[in-house]
Amino acid sequence: MEGRSPPSYLYWLFCQFELITCSYLMEPWEKVLFYSFNLALLGLLLYTTYACVAFHAGSAFQLLGSFLGNPRENALSVVK
Amino acid sequence: INHIVHNGGLYKRPFNEAFEETPMLVAVLTYVGYGVLTLFGYLRDFMRQWKIEKCQNATEREEQKDFVPLYQDFENFYNRNLYMRIRDSWNRPICSVPGAKVDMMERVSHDYNWTFTYTGRVIKDIINMGSYNYLGFAQKTGACQEAAAKVLAQYGAGVCSTRQEMGNLDKHEELEKLVARFLGVESAMAYGMGFATNSMNIPALVGKGCLILSDELNHASLVLGARLSGATIRIFKHNNMQSLEKLLKDAIVHGQPRTRRPWKKILILVEGIYSMEGSIVRLPEVIALKKKYKSYLYLDEAHSIGALGPSGRGVVEYFGLNPEDVDVMMGTFTKSFGAAGGYIGGKKELIDYLRTYSHSAAYATSMSPPVVEQIITSVKCIMGEDGTTVGEARVQQLAENTRYFRRRLKEMGFIIYGNEDSPVVPLMLYMPAKIGAFGREMLKRNIGVVVVGFPATPIIESRARFCLSAAHTKEMLDTALKEINEVGDLLQLKYSRRRLVPLLDRPFDETTYEETED
Repeated sequence: MEGRSPPSYLYWLFCQFELITCSYLMEPWEKVLFYSFNLALLGLLLYTTYACVAFHAGSAFQLLGSFLGNPRENALSVVK
Repeated sequence: INHIVHNGGLYKRPFNEAFEETPMLVAVLTYVGYGVLTLFGYLRDFMRQWKIEKCQNATEREEQKDFVPLYQDFENFYNRNLYMRIRDSWNRPICSVPGAKVDMMERVSHDYNWTFTYTGRVIKDIINMGSYNYLGFAQKTGACQEAAAKVLAQYGAGVCSTRQEMGNLDKHEELEKLVARFLGVESAMAYGMGFATNSMNIPALVGKGCLILSDELNHASLVLGARLSGATIRIFKHNNMQSLEKLLKDAIVHGQPRTRRPWKKILILVEGIYSMEGSIVRLPEVIALKKKYKSYLYLDEAHSIGALGPSGRGVVEYFGLNPEDVDVMMGTFTKSFGAAGGYIGGKKELIDYLRTYSHSAAYATSMSPPVVEQIITSVKCIMGEDGTTVGEARVQQLAENTRYFRRRLKEMGFIIYGNEDSPVVPLMLYMPAKIGAFGREMLKRNIGVVVVGFPATPIIESRARFCLSAAHTKEMLDTALKEINEVGDLLQLKYSRRRLVPLLDRPFDETTYEETED
């Protein structure tokens, strides 16, 4: 297992995915359908992460940054 | 290992049986796999119905579309959409004697297993881990084959009658006396088919007004026989003596359901080795219960005769018990004797009754003479009466093979069900794609295995079942183990968490839900 190179390890991971979701048993057109559905769902998930979580993460980092930068002034304004 | 015995010291040897629990992640992923396949099954059914795709399975004719639907239930849905995808692992045609190595005809499918075509090539010398050949008597050379050939020349192949009419040959009488002597019972009777022995003789023994207590995982032949008899059937949990005792107590105390009269007969149906689990029945406890509550015991030794016990006499000898304690000893000649057929052994009155009243004796053709001779020769070989120690050596070789194979598989990290001494070794696969993948990968590496899924097993507990044989040499087993190891790593089948789970031996009550203590 250790002697495997990254590409063949990725291929092995892909095979495990195929076995678990039973796409190993599907005909090619079914695989296309299944993978495109999965990729679409994954893309949607990533976009949601980018759109919503990034905004909140950004504002959280801003807050943290303001705490570290100017402890006195900004702390008061935040507490209000 | 730390097995506290509460059953009064009935066992003369340690009883090591384990059924490791399904890991939670594996169970969830198995359901995910089945979910995906079910969705695609619905999609394909939709496409077939709206003629987008060609319908290759059986459907009703156009005129019958308005009738009650024939193919709408889950079994047919499973058949069309899940079984068809992995169908190439079953019904593989073999073209040689199913010994330790077998030849198989190669076949391919160009339309995803709906039809098969033979390439014409024969795959030679596949290590056979699937045939019920426990003592290696499936041979085309040797004493058994020569004797059978001689009898074929003398009697021919067909009997052309039933036992009660003109089909009772002197060979059958000889066989029955020999089987009775082998088992240690008064008398025995042999039938042409093992399945028919169970399904046709249980109705002759019990009827309406009797109670049958049958194990959860009994074979289809026992279930069919019990249902045909018309008796009341109650199921107890697999190999669980507390459950059986509870049922017996209820039966004696409450009697028949409406009238409260005592039951005419109580018959306990158990098997020696359960072929899907690899577990051995707790026979000392069953016999103790049977004697305490005055009921009868029907023991189906299909897989355990010839395979267990120091001299191959079955599960009764394995536990060191008296064969006269078992009222009806049934077994088959298919597994350890390399022939076909079944037998029932017991007291002389019982067997004489069965000779007259059994459906199989009255209507079924009797056994073919070469098959009878094969059984006679193999039984004599096992008993040592042919003057050699071949039989004894085979029984010991099987026991060694069993212990070695099971130990090595457990060390590798697979989940193996069943008793340490059972030659049937189920290896858990769980996920539906791995059923097909395991069968195909093993065949690529020249090893023939039997994989089992729904409906023979519960839907998430699919498994690969290895049947060991005395004909397997250590080299063959080592080759097979190496390939199983490789395939196990490739398919990630090593689920075992190596936690030794002690068997539940404390009394079973309503608050006990789990079979294992965590």
